[in-house]
Amino acid sequence: MASATIDKPARWRGTLGVLASARAWIFLFVLLVVFELWSQIAYGTTFVFSAFNLRSVSVFAVAPVLLGLGQTLVIISGGIDLSVGFTMGLAAVIAAQVANDVGASAGVGVGLVAGIVAALAATLIPGWVNGLLIARLRVPPFIGTLGMYGVARGAAYLFANGTTVPVNNPWLTFLGNGRILGVPVVVIIALIVVLLVHYLLSETLFGQYTYAIGGNRQATLRAGVNVRRVTILLYMLSALTAGVDGILYTGRFAAGAPQAGEPLLLDSIAAVVIGGASLFGGSGTVMGTIIGALIIAVIQYGLVFLDVEPFWQFIAVGLVIIVSVLVDQSQKRLGGGRQDE
Amino acid sequence: MSDVASDAPVLETYGISKRFGGVHALERVNFTLRAGEVVALAGDNGAGKSTFTKIISGVFQPSEGEIRYRGRRVSFDGPQAARTQGIETIYQDLALADNLDIGGNVFLGRELKTKFLFLPRIDRRRMREEAAKAIAVLDVHLDRLDRPVRALSGGQRQAVAIGRAIHWDARVLIMDEPTAALGVPEQRKVMDLIRSLKTKGIGVIFISHNLADMFAVSDRIVVLRRGVVAGERMVGDADPEEIVRLMVGQ
Repeated sequence: MASATIDKPARWRGTLGVLASARAWIFLFVLLVVFELWSQIAYGTTFVFSAFNLRSVSVFAVAPVLLGLGQTLVIISGGIDLSVGFTMGLAAVIAAQVANDVGASAGVGVGLVAGIVAALAATLIPGWVNGLLIARLRVPPFIGTLGMYGVARGAAYLFANGTTVPVNNPWLTFLGNGRILGVPVVVIIALIVVLLVHYLLSETLFGQYTYAIGGNRQATLRAGVNVRRVTILLYMLSALTAGVDGILYTGRFAAGAPQAGEPLLLDSIAAVVIGGASLFGGSGTVMGTIIGALIIAVIQYGLVFLDVEPFWQFIAVGLVIIVSVLVDQSQKRLGGGRQDE
Repeated sequence: MSDVASDAPVLETYGISKRFGGVHALERVNFTLRAGEVVALAGDNGAGKSTFTKIISGVFQPSEGEIRYRGRRVSFDGPQAARTQGIETIYQDLALADNLDIGGNVFLGRELKTKFLFLPRIDRRRMREEAAKAIAVLDVHLDRLDRPVRALSGGQRQAVAIGRAIHWDARVLIMDEPTAALGVPEQRKVMDLIRSLKTKGIGVIFISHNLADMFAVSDRIVVLRRGVVAGERMVGDADPEEIVRLMVGQ
């Protein structure tokens, strides 16, 4: 009986659905082709087939990828985390300060470890408070994390006395700028975090419940899932990936800046959306977010490479966001999904 | 159809009353449900149908009276307690996570696990297969199991919700307006589902506004009016007009 239910239009819709879900890949591909042609015609040089460019783009993409990973988890569950940018800044200044202070008396290695541990531990506080506000006190995620955006921002500036904290720990700067077998350390660390989050999301109960909460929170509660605990953990993880991002930023620029993540907040949300997640929750993947972040990084780096006024970056990224949401909507209209009642 | 039902009641209530402040929502309701029996609860809005089913399913505690389930006196301190004992409610909104596949829904909160090397992981394949078996019992077959249940028809989605209940050994199913918001062919499918529940010895409490549905599928109709049992008829001996008279109290 099942085969009888599939008619031709349904099949056609199926193909279209696959195309649409691959839209992020298609975007990235088209973007690379355009930049390559542009680069060849205007400057007679390659854009894509240059190890330097590939390395630069991948380093460029690390910051939005890491911030986007936590954001992906939160958005799949139907929430949003506006505080990640300044949580990242808080981690950046704490990592710098603690690595300096502890390093001065206990040595470079201990200083590095202390800086990392202190920064990550510090990020867990805003993450935990976000989780409590949203899971226990039922504050809307947009409002709760907007409040935390302000709190983390102020805390980061106060901690840094209103300026940036220069780093004198060479191990920390190696984390940010070093290479192992030609691969930047920041990229290696980002890949490890990516694999961890991917495993968490696609193979564990925690990941399954993240999707379930985003799909139907009430049903997940009725099924006996501890929705509160999962939600609190989600926001703590989001803060934690922002913390890793902050540490790498401090290493890369040899200074902890409170505003390290400020321009990255919207990039992180954009990466998740371009990657195919719905802001209504229930969908999204780690792979999608990575492609989304790569698209943003290619646009930003590529336009600089092609000597275009930097302000065009904002316009280009903005257009990509709008177009990808439009494609998503038309997929829903044409595809198998149910319509709004 | 009553020959399918065994004589042993699976669920009985004696003198159940419920008051909210000064409001008497239910007054001394006696009710019996046998295994394999479908009992329709009829009544106007505010007659107490929903209060009564919420008491059976552990959402409310009765102010007075007792519930006997499978021969023993029980009291549920919450819906989870009733569910683990085998009293399941199929909600109107179906309580499905639309974005998960049928395996994810049938096993939500009780996922099957396996290992990849040393890492624990969810066993999606086995969950799908088991879920497919659970709904095959209801004579519903899907060609693709890996799609989110959003892609299923209304009747198929009902089957997933019911299949989940049966898979976890429900003995009593409370179905609140299961045919509302469905097209006619899908309504028929749901009626078939209810009939197949009878043959599995599951007791069904069926709430509906649709008299035709009640007569089509139930063995007995219990009419509530203003919190009391206004009447009770075997479907074979009743006619719709009489049920309506009991409902409105003339």
